Amino acid sequence: MLDIIKRKNLYFLISLLVIIPGIVSLFVYGLRLSIEFTGGSRTTLVFSKAVSDKAEQSVRDAYAVENIEIGTIQRSGDALIVRAGTMTEKQDARLLSSLTKSEGNVRQESFENIGPTIGKETTTKAFYAVLLASALIVLYIVISFRKVPKPASSLQFGICAILAVLHDVLAVVGIFSLLGHFFHVEIDSLFITAILTVIGFSVHDTIVVFDRIRENLLRVSGQPFATIVNNSILQTIVRSLNTSLTAILVLLTLLLFGGETIRWFVFALLIGVISGTYSSIFNAAPLLVVWEEYNQKRKKKV
Amino acid sequence: MKGPSNFLTIVIILVTIVSLLINLPDSVSLPKLPVLNTSPATVKLVNINTLLKPIGLEQNVAFRRGLDLEGGTSITLRAEMKAIPSDQRKDALESAREVIERRINFFGVSEPVIQTSFVNNDYRIIVEIPGVTDVNQAVSLIGQTAQLSFWEEAPSATPSGQIASPSALPLGVEQVIGQSARQTDLTGKDLKKAAVTFNQNTGEPQVQLTFTSSGTKKFGEITSRNVGKIVAIVLDNVVIQAPRVNEPILAGTAEITGGFTLDQAKAVQIQLNAGALPISLSVLEQRAIGATLGDQTVQKSLIAGAIGFLVIVGFMITLYGRLGIVATLALTVYTLLTLTIFRLIPVTLTLAGIAGFILSIGIAVDANILIFERMREEMRKGKSAHASLDIGFSRAWSSIRDSNIASIITSGVLMIFGTGMVRGFALTLAIGVLVSLFSAITVTRTLLRIVYK
Repeated sequence: MLDIIKRKNLYFLISLLVIIPGIVSLFVYGLRLSIEFTGGSRTTLVFSKAVSDKAEQSVRDAYAVENIEIGTIQRSGDALIVRAGTMTEKQDARLLSSLTKSEGNVRQESFENIGPTIGKETTTKAFYAVLLASALIVLYIVISFRKVPKPASSLQFGICAILAVLHDVLAVVGIFSLLGHFFHVEIDSLFITAILTVIGFSVHDTIVVFDRIRENLLRVSGQPFATIVNNSILQTIVRSLNTSLTAILVLLTLLLFGGETIRWFVFALLIGVISGTYSSIFNAAPLLVVWEEYNQKRKKKV
Repeated sequence: MKGPSNFLTIVIILVTIVSLLINLPDSVSLPKLPVLNTSPATVKLVNINTLLKPIGLEQNVAFRRGLDLEGGTSITLRAEMKAIPSDQRKDALESAREVIERRINFFGVSEPVIQTSFVNNDYRIIVEIPGVTDVNQAVSLIGQTAQLSFWEEAPSATPSGQIASPSALPLGVEQVIGQSARQTDLTGKDLKKAAVTFNQNTGEPQVQLTFTSSGTKKFGEITSRNVGKIVAIVLDNVVIQAPRVNEPILAGTAEITGGFTLDQAKAVQIQLNAGALPISLSVLEQRAIGATLGDQTVQKSLIAGAIGFLVIVGFMITLYGRLGIVATLALTVYTLLTLTIFRLIPVTLTLAGIAGFILSIGIAVDANILIFERMREEMRKGKSAHASLDIGFSRAWSSIRDSNIASIITSGVLMIFGTGMVRGFALTLAIGVLVSLFSAITVTRTLLRIVYK
């Protein structure tokens, strides 16, 4: 029979190998934040034909006249996406009229101009909400698992579940830090939603495994804790994989057919779901065993 | 066992039919078939409104789309409150909101959303105007400070040259005063505040105006020369009230009576305060999303969603055979029911909201998988299908319950403490999880009982 608990250190190592580069990148490169967090403007200009070098140059010139610093310009077919500093609506109107003069029919498909305060608020609020939600989930698990027989304690279950969530969040954020540095992928407000979704999935997945451990602890007596945990993992592994596969298949269809707007959002979910499945099987449950073994050792010393 | 099961079956069938009726569009256009060389046809469908129309209960149950899907402009304004006494700031903000709403409605935009908020010691107004993508126009429309003015009938001695031409008069002034109306020197600056009070004799709600000292003097003069006549109160070039002056009012407070209901009196008070407590607004954030961009996103997401659903169905049937069909039926009922609730509340659907919905579909699928896996386990132990069903279901239930409650806790916290987008996510997730709990207990279970009768 497959013994996951025996090889738990190998699985922890795999987790670290995935997470550590991301964390390093987070400290070295940070995150490439979109204007929703930093403040600035993002304008999509649609031209009557494919964007020429000349058209792009006139856009640069028009921004220069208004004294607005351009961050990046991205070309896609007949559209230009310009990320730049904040601008007033008057500046925007002047820009458009001067571009219409030099380039003919130019349409402003989307325009966003964001002061720096708003993004910070969304992030800090979401951050505190997640902290509070985590605390409440630990509390709920502590209450719901209170009948778990010794040697386990329900607090251990709660904390291990949250550690698994932390694992998944770090995996996604870390990978996006790398993507941001090497492929210019930006973190926008949808990314926060993705992280929230990953947290939801991760807790959900971990609780299903823990529920099985709880049930087996109550029904089977006389077996070592590690064996019970291992059996519980094996009993739920088919369900975990089936559920994740369904989610992954749906996400892949979204990635293929869902269009540009949600591409990176779906990609973040994909990493999160894979990581969430991995962490509930290979991290959360084995962590319970590690904790338990530590308790045993301490008892022996005393 | 049989009684409740039959009853549940009927309930599920009814709920499904109603949801189906609510979710069906008025008509579908069929694509042109090249082989048959038919012309593109539109087929009218029977839906909730076809049935309710004859009895006059027609309802708008269309999805409410957020700006990222609908296209439109969103503007966040910061209100400068330094000049406003701190106990009147909430009133001032509410009045400014009211003024913006009037301006946008006057402009003929359907369903604008205008909210006030207080964050980080900032008073803010968030305006969302669907369909309008000209930010500059929108900002100039709503960003101005409200102007309150008072108009009276010009004394007949005044030469006609000094009277404003009728076209320059604010809307409604000509009707209540006549062509010879002129603006007085009394403005919103002279008004200290407006409040709803109750008439001591009749007990009716009335609106009380309190003037500043300069306002008291000006208002005294105006009322003295207009006894028996109408003085029109104008906000943003539209008459909001046209009270008749009964006697000269010199004390600096005046009451407008006139058979107001409490709500009407409050509305007048808010409008007057917009002039009395003028706040200047600055733009914190503005976004405009082109309608075509939103449409494309919706189109693509719909197609991806449909394919995704088919993938789930294929996967479940491959994995669980007959049970997979049960899961498909349960998921169809689940999806219909959730979409119905989205329409009826109505929930504003944004990209983030759709993400919440997708997560909840995943959770609903998982509930089915959990039940099926547990049933299989019991069957492998040699139990009968019927016994496996009951044991499997009750064993799976604690996982479903605990994991779903955890999701509800998360979405509850996010709903209370999150901002706009995060809240949209949490709301659809919470609704989805609650419906999936219901569908696991009732739909899947009842269907399974029918299959294993």
